[in-house]
Formats: sequence, structure tokens, C-alpha cells
Amino acid sequence: MDYAWDFGPVLGRFDMLALGLLNTVKIAAVSIVLGVLVGLVLAMMRLSSRRWLNVPALVFIEFYRNTPPIVHFFWFFYALPVMLAISLNPYVAAVLALSTQSGAFYAEVFRGGIVSIERGQWEGGRALGMTHSALMRRIIIPQAIARMVPPFIERSFELLKTTALASTLAYADLLYQAMMVNAETFRPLEVYTTIALMYLVLLVTASQLARLAENRLTAYQ
Amino acid sequence: MAGKPILETKALHKRFGDHHVLRGIDFTVEPGERVAIIGGSGSGKSTFLRCLNFMETLSEGEVWLDGTRIGVERKGTVTYPEKQLCQVRERLGMVFQQFNLFPHMSVLDNVMEGLVTVKRMSRPEARRVAEAELAKVGLSEKHDAWPGRLSGGQQQRVAIARALSMQPEILLFDEPTSSLDPELVGEVLRVIKQLAEEGRTMLLVTHELGFAYHFATKVIFLAHGVFHEVGTPDEVLKNPRQARTQDFLRRFGEFAF
Repeated sequence: MDYAWDFGPVLGRFDMLALGLLNTVKIAAVSIVLGVLVGLVLAMMRLSSRRWLNVPALVFIEFYRNTPPIVHFFWFFYALPVMLAISLNPYVAAVLALSTQSGAFYAEVFRGGIVSIERGQWEGGRALGMTHSALMRRIIIPQAIARMVPPFIERSFELLKTTALASTLAYADLLYQAMMVNAETFRPLEVYTTIALMYLVLLVTASQLARLAENRLTAYQ
Repeated sequence: MAGKPILETKALHKRFGDHHVLRGIDFTVEPGERVAIIGGSGSGKSTFLRCLNFMETLSEGEVWLDGTRIGVERKGTVTYPEKQLCQVRERLGMVFQQFNLFPHMSVLDNVMEGLVTVKRMSRPEARRVAEAELAKVGLSEKHDAWPGRLSGGQQQRVAIARALSMQPEILLFDEPTSSLDPELVGEVLRVIKQLAEEGRTMLLVTHELGFAYHFATKVIFLAHGVFHEVGTPDEVLKNPRQARTQDFLRRFGEFAF
């Protein structure tokens, strides 16, 4: 291959890529937090024995599981504003798409963690005279969290990667910024190699942090 | 010695779907009595015990504790308010076949949990009680261990300490040695025997017929959802009158009393 690598023009615009990385982290962090809230509400609805709570949550979750993520981005950016006669900026639309998507998946992670706790744990607490809420707070949730951590981390990594779809709404994330740099430099090989490495470093760092958290939460096992 | 019963069931029925497990059980326990419940597997003996502290909901019938009926009857349907069930369970300590210790808490925290969360005791006070109960079952050195690191026999002794910490009026043992390796059964039975000597009111579901003979003041043979034979250990285990009891004891082979 005769191609002459030259990272100079790309590195000269590294501030643009750094801003993109920052925006990627920002949108991911906000969406994880909101996604957890959505997921908690959906999980509680799913765990309820009341059908009017249970069924809508199930429909919501199944909808997100069975539609492509990019459709959610387009829907929130192009469709929702028509319905509500408002306009949404790309950031808000992308956060809505990401947090509802991840909420649907987190809900299953949370619910799965709760239902995985053996019946004996419920009975052990109940036999002491604990109320349902005390039992949840003291016995079930602390153990469930330890079991939720690995699938939760996996889902969050999925979300982190899905943020790249926000570039389709012209949100200035890492991928979008790379497209801008490419338009100025005509160096796709260097640009996209650089951002691939940046994503890699970001995800590897995040996975190291996640492992630390996981070890702390599952110390007793 | 017809004293006032502390625990009583009237026409208790339990169904799991079409399976009619308990078919109308009338039962009384007086303070200080030690009742051993024996029977084949699937006879409903664990289910019966679990109905007493509402680990299972009754299909029909009544449970009375210390002269008070559990549950609230309104227009022919009985409901069991959570608050009342919690109070009942606090008074009836239970020890399970599978221990059911909380794996995310240390041994000491397991024993303190009910005191702090249910009895609202301060942590230092709960700690004193828990330490005393653990000393009683011979596990003072294991305060800080995770339950998962203990042998089955040690775990069951922690579970007994946990039940005792609540100062229950009655202790329910649901096959406490059935999931233990044979060499660990003795240490648990010794603790139960020690509790018997203190004059506690206890109900024991067990397959350890030899132990039941020495432990109990009353033995019940449960078969097909009814109390088939009830009497003293000598009556039921040595001189059973019912053919089915005799058959059950024969199938259990020779065991030394």
C-alpha cells in the first residue's frame, strides 16, 4: 500500500474531536441517569400484580426491544415535534431516545435482579416479622443490586456506543465532529482511525471503573 | 394437664391448586409443649408448620395465637393484614431446612437484623443481644464471617440464634437437619436439645425419629393431610396403633431410641 499516513491535519484539529468526545460522554452520562429512572419505574410496574401497571410497561419494553435504535432517534427528532407542535434540539431528542431505550432494557435488568433472589430470602426476612418494604430495602434489593451490576454495565456500554447515532441528528458528538474534521481535511483513514481509538480508550477506561464498582458490590460472594 | 393453649388451629385446610394438602386440622399447643411432627415426604407436614406463621396462606380454617384469631373476617371473607402477620411472625421464630441466612450480611448482622429492623433496638443494644445468642449456639468466634463461608451446621446454628434473638414465644423448626451432611447433624440437634431443656415451646418437623423420641412431649404422625396418630413418643413411635403409622415406622428401618 502506497498510502502516505499523515495524522498532522487531524491532530491539528484535535480540539474539535476532544469537544466531540466530551459531548459523547455528556450525552451518555445524562442518558444513563435518566434511563435508570425510567428503568426503575418500568421495573416496579412490571413487578406489580396489577394489570393496568404491568401491561403498559410490558408493551413499552417490547416496543423498544423490537425496533431499531435509529428509528427512536428519528422519531423523537422528526415525529414528536410534529405531534406536540414544538421543536426539539438534537441534544434533547437524542437524550430522549437514549434514555427511553436504555430504560426499557434497564427495567428488565432490575426486574431480573429482583426475581432472581431465592424464595428463601423472602421467607427468612418475613419469618423475623419484617414488613414487605423493610424486606425489600434490607434483604432483597442489596442482593439484587449485586446481581444487576454485570448486565447493567453491559447495557450501559451498549448505550455508550449507541450515542454515535446522535450524529445523524447533527448533535456534535465524537462521530459528528469526526465527520466535520474529515470534511475539512479529506483524511478519512486518519480521522476515523483516530476516533475509533478514542472510543476504544473511553470504553476500556469505563470498563476498568465498572470492574472496581462490581468488585465492591459483590464482595460477599 | 389441660392448660390454656398458646397456639391453635381449627379445621385448617390448604390446597395448592387441585392438590388438597391439608384436610381439616385441629391442633393445640400448650406452653412448654414440644411437638414433633413426622410423616412421609409430601405428607404436608412442612406445609402445616408453614401455615402457622403464614409462610403459606390458609385455604380454609383458623389459626389462633394466645386466644386471638389471626386475620380479619368481613362479610365471610378473611383477610390477613400485613401488620398483624408481622406481629405473629415476630412471636413465632422459624428455622428453615435451607437456613435462609442473608448472604450479604455478616453472621452478627444476620442475628441483629430483626432486632434493629423489626424491634427497633439501637445497634449497640442489638449487638449485645446478638452476641449472647451466638455464644449460646457456640459461634462467638464467627461474628465477622460471611454465612457462605460457614459449614451447614454452623449456618443452621446462626439461623437458630437469629430466631432466638427475637425472643419468640414458640419456635418452629422445619426439617432443620435435612440438608446437613450426616456428621453435622449432631451439633444442630444438641442446640435444639438445649433449648428443649429450657422449657421452650417448640414444634419440630423432622425425619430424625430417634431425636423426636427423646425431644418431644407429643408426637404427631401426619399422613394424607390429616393427623393420623397423635400421642406421647412412646405411644406413637414405640406402640403405634394405626396400621399406617406402623407401616411408616417399619419402612424407616431400625433406629435406636
